[in-house]
Amino acid sequence: MLLEARNISKSFPGVKALSAVSLGFHSGKVNAILGENGAGKSTLLKILTGEYPSYEGSIYLDNQPVRFATVREAQNAGIVIIHQELNLIPQLTVAENLFLGRELNTVLGIMDTVKMNRQTQEVLEKIKLDIPPQTRVRSLKVGEQQLVEIAKALLADASVILMDEPTSALSDTEIENLHRIIRELKDEGKTIVYISHKMDELFRIADHYTVLRDGIMVGAGKMVDTTEHELIRLMVGREVKILPKEAALKQGKVVFQVADLSLQHPYDRNRMVLRDISFALHKGEILGVFGLMGAGRTELLETLFGLHPARSSYRLHIEGKDCYFKSPQAAIRHGLAFATEDRKSEGLILGMDIAENIGLPTVMQSSVLHPAKEKKIARSYVERLMIKTPSVSQLCRNLSGGNQQKVVLAKWLSTQPRILMMDEPTRGIDIKAKQELYELMKNLASTGMSILLVSSEIPEILTLSDRILVMSEGRITGYFTADEADEDKLLKAALPA
Amino acid sequence: MKNLTLNNQLLKKSQSLIALFILCLLIAILSDKFLSTANLWNVLRQISVNVCIAVGMTLVVLMAGIDLSVGSVLALSGAICAGLIKFGIAFESMDLFVGFTVLGGILAAMLVGGLLGLFNGWVITRFVVPPFVATLAMLTIARGLTMLYTKGIPISNLGPGLEYIGSGWLIGIPVPVWISMFVVLIFVFISKRTAFGRYIYAIGGNEKAAFLSGININRIKLAVYGLAGMLAGVGGVLVTARLNSAQPNAGMTYELDAIAAVVIGGTSLSGGVGSVTGTVIGAAIIGVLNNGLVLLDVSPFWQQVAKGIVILFAVIIDKMNRNEA
Repeated sequence: MLLEARNISKSFPGVKALSAVSLGFHSGKVNAILGENGAGKSTLLKILTGEYPSYEGSIYLDNQPVRFATVREAQNAGIVIIHQELNLIPQLTVAENLFLGRELNTVLGIMDTVKMNRQTQEVLEKIKLDIPPQTRVRSLKVGEQQLVEIAKALLADASVILMDEPTSALSDTEIENLHRIIRELKDEGKTIVYISHKMDELFRIADHYTVLRDGIMVGAGKMVDTTEHELIRLMVGREVKILPKEAALKQGKVVFQVADLSLQHPYDRNRMVLRDISFALHKGEILGVFGLMGAGRTELLETLFGLHPARSSYRLHIEGKDCYFKSPQAAIRHGLAFATEDRKSEGLILGMDIAENIGLPTVMQSSVLHPAKEKKIARSYVERLMIKTPSVSQLCRNLSGGNQQKVVLAKWLSTQPRILMMDEPTRGIDIKAKQELYELMKNLASTGMSILLVSSEIPEILTLSDRILVMSEGRITGYFTADEADEDKLLKAALPA
Repeated sequence: MKNLTLNNQLLKKSQSLIALFILCLLIAILSDKFLSTANLWNVLRQISVNVCIAVGMTLVVLMAGIDLSVGSVLALSGAICAGLIKFGIAFESMDLFVGFTVLGGILAAMLVGGLLGLFNGWVITRFVVPPFVATLAMLTIARGLTMLYTKGIPISNLGPGLEYIGSGWLIGIPVPVWISMFVVLIFVFISKRTAFGRYIYAIGGNEKAAFLSGININRIKLAVYGLAGMLAGVGGVLVTARLNSAQPNAGMTYELDAIAAVVIGGTSLSGGVGSVTGTVIGAAIIGVLNNGLVLLDVSPFWQQVAKGIVILFAVIIDKMNRNEA
């Protein structure tokens, strides 16, 4: 056991990112870390590589306790991370990138380009990357750049190499090549930590796995002893008790009907992110949309909210009227509301207070502000949604995740929407706030609002939804009513074919 | 606990006011001329131009933008104001001459400034050009147009009407001070009490969230750059009126004084935080500092050094406050 973490906890204002996580990475093995967004993977990586110097618990390297204050210290101890977004400087050559920050000098204090190029050549040969050291990085393919990152790690004499989604931008042959090199590194006794969402890949390359969910380690073991199904089950979780479902509402009339929705890839117009999506939303119903990461759930909501007018095509009827939204304004005007997944960067203006945030979409209705009225409205929502705050003048930055989410919800409720779209509404918030949000959503539906709920948590979907759509690779791959849906059926439909 | 943080916030909000007060106190101790009524009016009159353009700059900076063109726009609108009042426009082919009253000249200056500002905004929103670059281009363009329009020669002797705006008094207060006060009041109201003002803060605070809340970001940006240009036009009128002459090189580096006032007044260059009143205090600090150093017979070269040091102090203190929060 080379690198070990014991009882690691890390909190951010309002959310506990990791709680008492203990795990070990074996040398000479490929160790996979799995978890959905927000499970705590990146926080863990940042602690291991010195980016977050303050945390509870301890890290052991070869049974010696270590504590890294900077990324540099971790690198010197032999721990190197290869980020998903590569950290190379495109305008510099391969050799210049490899030696960045530790250039070799001649006795005269001039850079020893010859020596650096020669050493670069040696490392490149080792990973069988057949390019001259003087090649500029920007002229390399992404797969080659990935290998340059690995060369950089080898040159730094790394014994632990962490790879965050290394194959997300690689072609199949590039992936094959990368895996071959990973196997060689493994045989040399290096410790590889490998993060990926691609299950088939993990079963090919990884030896051990660790699953994180909501900042807790929920499972670990050998890859040979587990199955894809089991891993996904661990990732999406079942620990929240499934509440008994009240008798399904009498189905209301169709308020929202979308047909043949498709969305092009932003850079590659020939690739489709979403294809052939058609569904209807009834009055007072909660329609759950389940899918694994990358299934296109968020993109679906974004498209419906008018965020990709240039790349999307669809037919949409809202209460019988034909609509096509070119901007969020248009969508809001037609009674849509969209509570985004990332409340900090997309949902709220953190430097503004609760009342100002709630008023944001509705304030345009009058040109002059009425602060007293605005505060009164905000107070009514604070009361109704049980937002815990000393006053509505509190900055949103100072609220916990659950309360921030409630402010986002209040903001959209103030527009009196007919259709409320929610993307992962309970991600990263505590169980109690979760239950409160569930109650709220049910109450809203019972008043006639239609809710489109995107979630990667199966219990959440099963608890709330009247009907469930399952998405995989940009298509709808399953459709269930609340009565017929269960965990196994949803998972089966969500797995890529 | 709650009271303490509230007091702290109050302290932070008023710290530039406290700085201004201390500065005045220091200069008053060192020079007995400072507190004379004549001198204080003089200070206010001197800062009135900077106040006008810095108010516009505040709105731009609150949106996390910048406008480097205001100095040149000021010069061009001032020149056009002067040219129209003095010469009018002659359409020879139609045998038509259009003369301009003082008010007509002033409105034309505001219109020209506003249009140039709108052009900035259009370039920034339509072609997603960084504001720094777009307005840098306008800085040269407007200066060049000023040179072309004036042929490099000042347009002088513009008559008593315009002179009154630059040097006259109304109910015991200099006219330029009236004008800048009026501008400040309007824009305090706009920034704090209208939906438009709220949007400016929202865009600076988190443009993505503002967009997703249904705010028409481009329209707001266009309007804000337009207003900043229009206020530069007002500044152009004031400068021209004060000298009773439009100088082709008027307003050089005024954009930097405006940015300095905005920054000293506590508006964050990354947007979303700050206020028009803060900027007024910032402009006052610069004005009092300049005036004090003149009264104390300090070389004008030292004045520049002093202004730079004040700017550094202001941003460092601001940065420390933010890290605390």
